[in-house]
Amino acid sequence: MKHTISILVENEYGMLSRIAGLFSARGYQIDTLNVAPTLEEGVSRMTLTTHGNDHIIEQILRQTLKMVKVIQVTDMTANAHVEREMVMLTVSARRGEERQEVMTLVKIFRARVVDVSEDALILELTGNAEKVEAFIGLLKPIGIQDIVRTGPVAMTRVAAIRAQQLCGDDEEFSELTLNEKV
Amino acid sequence: MKMRGARILLEALRCEGVKHVFGYPGGAVLHIYDELIKHAESLGISHYLVRHEQAALFGAAGYAQSTGKTGVALVTSGPGGTNAVTGIANAFMDSLPLVVFTGQVPTHLIGNDAFQEADLTGITRSCVKHNYLVKKVEDLAPTIKEAFYVASTGRPGPVLVDLPKDMTAQEMEFSYPETIEMRSYKPQVYGNPRAVRRAVEAMFEAERPVLYIGGGAIAAGAHEGLRSLAEKLNLPTTCTLMGLGAFPSSHPLSLGMLGMHGGYWTNMAVNNCDLLISIGARFDDRVTGKLSEFARGARFVHVDIDPSCVGKNVACDFPVIGDAKVVVEQMLEMVDEELAHGAIPAPRQAWHDQIAEWRRQHPFWFKEEGEVIKPQYVIHELHRLTEGRAVVSADVGQHQMWTAQLYGFDEPRQWVNSGGLGAMGYGFPAAMGAAVARPNDTVVAVVGDGGFQMSFNELATVKQYNIPVKILVINNGYLGMVRQWQEQFYDHRYSHSNIEVAPDFVKLAEAYGVPALRATKASEVTGTLEKALQTPGPVLIEMQVAREENVFPIVPAGAALKDMILA
Ligand SMILES: Cc1ncc(C[n+]2csc(CCOP(=O)(O)OP(=O)(O)O)c2C)c(N)n1
Ligand SMILES: [Mg+2]
Repeated sequence: MKHTISILVENEYGMLSRIAGLFSARGYQIDTLNVAPTLEEGVSRMTLTTHGNDHIIEQILRQTLKMVKVIQVTDMTANAHVEREMVMLTVSARRGEERQEVMTLVKIFRARVVDVSEDALILELTGNAEKVEAFIGLLKPIGIQDIVRTGPVAMTRVAAIRAQQLCGDDEEFSELTLNEKV
Repeated sequence: MKMRGARILLEALRCEGVKHVFGYPGGAVLHIYDELIKHAESLGISHYLVRHEQAALFGAAGYAQSTGKTGVALVTSGPGGTNAVTGIANAFMDSLPLVVFTGQVPTHLIGNDAFQEADLTGITRSCVKHNYLVKKVEDLAPTIKEAFYVASTGRPGPVLVDLPKDMTAQEMEFSYPETIEMRSYKPQVYGNPRAVRRAVEAMFEAERPVLYIGGGAIAAGAHEGLRSLAEKLNLPTTCTLMGLGAFPSSHPLSLGMLGMHGGYWTNMAVNNCDLLISIGARFDDRVTGKLSEFARGARFVHVDIDPSCVGKNVACDFPVIGDAKVVVEQMLEMVDEELAHGAIPAPRQAWHDQIAEWRRQHPFWFKEEGEVIKPQYVIHELHRLTEGRAVVSADVGQHQMWTAQLYGFDEPRQWVNSGGLGAMGYGFPAAMGAAVARPNDTVVAVVGDGGFQMSFNELATVKQYNIPVKILVINNGYLGMVRQWQEQFYDHRYSHSNIEVAPDFVKLAEAYGVPALRATKASEVTGTLEKALQTPGPVLIEMQVAREENVFPIVPAGAALKDMILA
């Protein structure tokens, strides 16, 4: 099953290659990966998607958390969360019917046109993976010339955080579900 | 007072209480060596010049393994660092606390393919607990502080600090941080009381329990607590290769070592138990054999400081994350409470009787053959003559397994060997490190003729510093363990495992100025060993042993424990 994992790290020299190296050394897959700063200086968040059975995911979480400069690891998929990725596409859109068709899709998907030329448009869309996939699927027959995707970033829903805080203490073996170094 | 980075490094070592450094110089670390000759003595630091960087790492590892103190190695950039990699990987696999200082080209040359440049933090990333590249001299002292802290706490391991040459040249005030606070590194020490309680309840309930102790118990210093626990609950107890000595092998509850070359009774006990209580062990494939067949009727208690070890290989019923010593103390408290409340462990006599019966059926056994020296006999005599009290450092191969099976370790940190990585060439340099660390103990390196030929360069080091290692070469003219597998699993095709073309080991030692003795007949073994043990300083003993002896029992790779081959 696909999992979205959020990793808070001290933004030190070589951090990305440490995480990537852990995955490759242990035979785990990284499907997408996104790294960016947080509000706190010197701390970055990595969001990656991976797949595997429960056992593999559990190992990924624990092996990652074990790394010395990792502050927190969260399996976003385990809780209610919001996920978004951005895609940019260069789509052929010659004047007339073709461009009309593209613009209809842009409207339906609430995408944005960020660049226009004679016979092509650059589109920008934000959404969860299914929405992005659907958009790409519909544009393909028209002609996608180029595509870049960020891979998802994710945020836990506020309600889910509250619920966790409420029941956290009663967890039978909370140390095993713990994802933070306290 | 301002001082250059090289001096700051030495001052930091003093603050960490480092007394011994194993190293090898080169261009990138010359500032450090220059400070060493000026200040080592006043700082109370002795540097041992090895003859290959791998031996600096193995020496530091033997030092750590035989004491629990952090071992320190210092090597130069490029080839110095790459030569050290095997030693770093070894310390990583066996969770040994090491701090390794490597030289690096000056910061402005990094990435330029400069002379003797190697990306050492990159190369070692997957075999260190953590590594650092110091890019500002202000970071030097805090980085060293952090390196020692990370190496020696939690699950110990090697930490590498890469030092660009300009970092050791630039000057600044020395001040060493007194405390350390890392938000991203906080090993969990106390076990969750509820988890511990459940584990203890299971220990009372079990009718066929086995206590299974690994190297983590030695790292944590849990041996005394474990002994009380075993005695209070009457638990048959086995140790892994890395755990030997954590429970006295002469104790009536001791089952000896389990796994690929474990005793028949030990593996049968593990295979038939209803509760396996694992303390600081990791269910390694050499221990479990075929996982799906491993202790099928058992529930598992797993105490480990490393959460990623728990549930990795076997599904665990009673996981406890924490320091083995602390958790065992928590367990003992609850056991005492239960006992005071009148709880009694389930009856276990039948279980003990059954294990004794297995042991009677197939004890460790070897055939004596007149004057042919049997390697097992050598180990047996070594035990007798050292009264089981020597620090014994083995290399890798058959001799290692015979030593593990037969020496009979009663104390933790008496047994030094490369378990996880299984690196040939470890035994002798590691013994050297152990002898430096424990000058009042007899230190014996039990090595094969193969592994010794990967490390005999250190004869010069033990000669130079008069390090009193007794080097016992078990010479069978073969890469014996390889030959055994070829005999048993490849129909006797001895492909490239015959090493009878070898130096005369006695002459070799003598060439280095190290006294040497040889035994070729069984009747000479005792006298030769006695004489060697009485010889002060380093000495080599060559035992010309039976060439095609096999280690039994053996669980074939990938087979179930119960399918071990007995003879
Ligand atoms: C560096 C390294 N290379 C290869 C091996 C594989 N290996 C394991 S045991 C062994 C034979 C060791 O021979 P020797 O040192 O003579 O010991 P013996 O088994 O004969 O007692 C070999 C080659 C290893 N463990 N380490
Ligand atoms: Mg041999």
